[in-house]
Amino acid sequence: MDPRVRRLDLALLVAAAAFLLLPWYRIEGGVLGFGWFARYPLDAEIGPAVVQLFLRGAWWLLPLGLAVAAGAALRFRRPGPDRGSAVALAGAFGIGWLLLEGLSIGYRGWNWSGWETLFGPLAEGQLPLGLGGMALALSFLLFIAFGLAERGVMRGDAFVVASITILVGLVSTFVLYPIASLFIGAFQTFDGSFDPTSFIANIQDRSIWSLACLDSEYSCGIAWRTMFLAIVTGLGTTLLGLAFALLLTRTRFPFKRPLRLLTILPIITPPFVIGLALILLLGRSGVITRFVADWTGYDAGRWLYGLSGIFVAQMLSFTPIAFMVLIGVVEAISPSMEEAAQTMRANRWRTFWTVTFPLLRPGLANAFLIGFIESMADFGNPLVLGGSHGVLSTEIFFAVVGAQNDPARAAVLALILLCFTLSAFLAQRIWLKGKNFTTITGKGDGGRHVELDPRLAGLVYAVVLPWLAFTVVIYAMILFGGFVRTWGLDHTLTLEHFEKAFAFALSPDGIRWSGVAWDSFWTTMEIALIAAPLTAAVGLLTAYLVVRQRFAGREVFEFLLMLSFAIPGTVIGISYVLAFNLPPIELTGTATILVICFVFRNMPVGVRGGIASMSQLDRSLDEASLTLGANSFTTMRRIILPLLRPAIVTALVYSFVRSITSISAVIFLVSAQYNMATAYIVGLTENGEYGVAIAYSAALIVVMVLVISGFQLLVGQRTLRRPAGAAKSAPVPSPAFSEEKPT
Amino acid sequence: MTNDDLRGSVRFESVRKSFGAHVAIRDLSLTIRPGTLVTLLGPSGCGKTTTLRMLAGLEQPTSGRILIGGRDVTALPANERDVSMVFQSYALFPHMSVAENVAYGLRSSGLGRKPATEKAEQGLELVGLAGYGGRLPSELSGGQQQRVAVARALVLEPQVLLLDEPLSNLDARLRRRVRTEIRELQQRLGFTAVYVTHDQEEALAVSDEIVVMRDGEAAQIGAPRDLYEEPASEFIADFIGEANVVACEILGHGAGRARIRIGGYEHEMAARPVPSGAGRLAIRPNAVYLREADGGFGGRVLSAAYLGDHVEYEIETAAGTLFVTDPAVERVRPVGSSVGLGLAERGVAIIPSSPRGGRQVPPQTGRSA
Repeated sequence: MDPRVRRLDLALLVAAAAFLLLPWYRIEGGVLGFGWFARYPLDAEIGPAVVQLFLRGAWWLLPLGLAVAAGAALRFRRPGPDRGSAVALAGAFGIGWLLLEGLSIGYRGWNWSGWETLFGPLAEGQLPLGLGGMALALSFLLFIAFGLAERGVMRGDAFVVASITILVGLVSTFVLYPIASLFIGAFQTFDGSFDPTSFIANIQDRSIWSLACLDSEYSCGIAWRTMFLAIVTGLGTTLLGLAFALLLTRTRFPFKRPLRLLTILPIITPPFVIGLALILLLGRSGVITRFVADWTGYDAGRWLYGLSGIFVAQMLSFTPIAFMVLIGVVEAISPSMEEAAQTMRANRWRTFWTVTFPLLRPGLANAFLIGFIESMADFGNPLVLGGSHGVLSTEIFFAVVGAQNDPARAAVLALILLCFTLSAFLAQRIWLKGKNFTTITGKGDGGRHVELDPRLAGLVYAVVLPWLAFTVVIYAMILFGGFVRTWGLDHTLTLEHFEKAFAFALSPDGIRWSGVAWDSFWTTMEIALIAAPLTAAVGLLTAYLVVRQRFAGREVFEFLLMLSFAIPGTVIGISYVLAFNLPPIELTGTATILVICFVFRNMPVGVRGGIASMSQLDRSLDEASLTLGANSFTTMRRIILPLLRPAIVTALVYSFVRSITSISAVIFLVSAQYNMATAYIVGLTENGEYGVAIAYSAALIVVMVLVISGFQLLVGQRTLRRPAGAAKSAPVPSPAFSEEKPT
Repeated sequence: MTNDDLRGSVRFESVRKSFGAHVAIRDLSLTIRPGTLVTLLGPSGCGKTTTLRMLAGLEQPTSGRILIGGRDVTALPANERDVSMVFQSYALFPHMSVAENVAYGLRSSGLGRKPATEKAEQGLELVGLAGYGGRLPSELSGGQQQRVAVARALVLEPQVLLLDEPLSNLDARLRRRVRTEIRELQQRLGFTAVYVTHDQEEALAVSDEIVVMRDGEAAQIGAPRDLYEEPASEFIADFIGEANVVACEILGHGAGRARIRIGGYEHEMAARPVPSGAGRLAIRPNAVYLREADGGFGGRVLSAAYLGDHVEYEIETAAGTLFVTDPAVERVRPVGSSVGLGLAERGVAIIPSSPRGGRQVPPQTGRSA
């Protein structure tokens, strides 16, 4: 049979099932529970669209049915460009109508009073979309894709067109729509009506923009404080990162390999754990604070709880990221540049300042911007250390969860934060674009990096070594802190924290997980395991489209996908809450929303990794497969995926680990039923249960180290097994964790 | 014509292809008869590879139609066209064995594992690689890889086999042997082949017909001999073989012969009908012979280089500087000496004048080699 007919049949099948069989609306308790089956299909809450149409007189579903019928009628026309246009049109109408009616009609009828005056009141509203609605949306997207393919779009490649259409649909739903909701949320009052006054009041709030700290002892507004912190952190991490990078490449520091391990730390460390360890060391009753007080009688007080403490924690957290960025830049400067300078009578001091440093400048700017964005987006450390006098990200959180419960204010704060990070992101993409002085070309370029001038080397050592020692102490604190009863007061060694968190007992019915941590631990593992393959799949598919296909708007497409990385987790969290709390899509409180959140937050990593390794695959490999009669889906499955295996594994591991350590977005989305480890630990610290919190964190870190090294071993073996065959095509080592941070 | 007669034929109808503002193919119309080997020849950037990729379905024409075997395939994706392609880089799948590579297309078109393996084995036998099926592509030499790529494309028994500079990754000696093999295979099995190359010698050696392309247009289409002996333009004359293009005066034409004057020297030669008056002449370097200076047509030696089997001269004449190769290696003329020149019967052609900078597309010839 003509493949054009066959694939339209598939789309029609999905459409028919969606309209005639599947429950149209969301079922309380989950469609997988199957408790609803007893009342199926003749029930207003359970029935498919066709039943809704006749049983409840839900006339607004009728056009959807007509769109499906149009598709079915076109099935029997001769395939060709004309039919293609018609099918695509039916799909576009269907999806458009679905959007319109979904957004217009809520639980209690019209969402907007304008419709009511136009069409009169509705007898009853509708529930959020369920399996049927989602499946119908999918089938309409397929209509559009197959129709366009039949018109010869993308060389008539239905798989490619369908992939693009569906990805655009997903990104619109789960990145753009939430951000749009955020904007709308900022202009809405509690009852949902449009009200710019609250927006104006919020945006002019003195607590946000006050500059009082400049000329009085009152503190400045939160926006300025956040920006100040981000600038200082960006500068600090960049300088420290540079010192580390120079130490590694341009001195005879003996422990270079262990130093590289630093780069892995930010990936495996849940963001608030550093803050936690700092409290145990330097807090009110921290070990060092006590020690100093006992010996000198000097009470350091509460200096740690506030911007200064957050700054220290962020320096510890983000220096490794700056290091990771800068080590690449420093290594990419061709040694022959420096050697050339030296042959022209420049000494090492002069060589550094006239050649090396100018070449580094774009990299430094990049590292600064990354540090800036990271600091802005950081939620864990300010939450633990800042309390209620925190920064924008925590303020957003307290605006919705605290006594305030003011979503409009949260939305405004989120918009401000988003503006800051997006400006930095845009600066990075536009301003730094093309300013990269990477001078190594991939061709053999002999020579060794010139060693630093002794004065400079001395400075680098003086900065790096104490900081390194500090980092080691902090991590020792994290790993072993859980074995001490109460830090600063009672230093008896104990296992009670671990017992409380991870106790289990063998009983006749199997293992009884009685520790308090198990619940959130298993939920975390489960959700991370579900999200990882989805993230990898979406990320690599996107990479395939971006690298291998030419289509209008490809750059916009790529930009949108990378954009979700520049959106702080807190903003994602609040925007998801605002977007997915009401019809047409209601997901809050489910595991699904957590999975979706992880997929779209971590996807840019998969995209970037995929782009990097796919660019190394000769394009003619997939073209050969196509001309040999395989369609692009088969090509993807049998040629590209096997050759990209290392990239896939990297994406899998990375998204798994990031799902486990993430907190900022998650904390808005967890529920009693689906609590995540990080959110649970934050809860513990809020209750002052530092011992259990640190024990749980240590356990998480150990688990992640095991997962990462396990996977690294697996990937390593693969490359060993096929040395010759993969030589040309897949020289993808595992820079697994070297390129994960937002750029 | 019935459909069976058309099997293996290719037609481009007013095909145009642009990438953004850049026009790769201006307006290409082309007919390829079944069972012939047609070469697309031209300098880099002339659009020959784009033409091939449009035929394969890897690029889509901006306008126009492409027919394979009489069927309009313009909107069909690559995998639904009855063609297969040998890539410049061979594009052997590095993670599959040679046999798996060759069987890949068969399996994709729904053949079972066993028949596919058998056919793949036959395909390897065809290119002289029986028994190599278990190896990985990286364990083969460049020439062997190239033959695997051919086998992989041929086992599908496509209507048209496309070859994109298939020899460019081989060393010079191997190139000559492999091109002979490809040509023999094509004539033995009788399939249609479209062959892209920038090497005019390769094109002359293998083709039934050559399409010389320039700036996205077919500059001339014809059998190798036609192109060489009757170049339609200065570009063709210089691109196919080397040629000195000089101004001449056409004195008259009759009975398939023309009388011309060049640098005061009159010469009679075989030629297509041409109008009298000013014209241009393409003279192959080996079509000029040297004799003693006799006051007739002649010139002065500007440079001389001894190359073993011939001597290369640059000779300044009244008609311009000529590049001449002379087989008389026993006597190298010293630089600065005067020589007399004569023109051979073959290797001299009048270039038809054309309004547009020497580009001309003659009507489709029905001639075959």
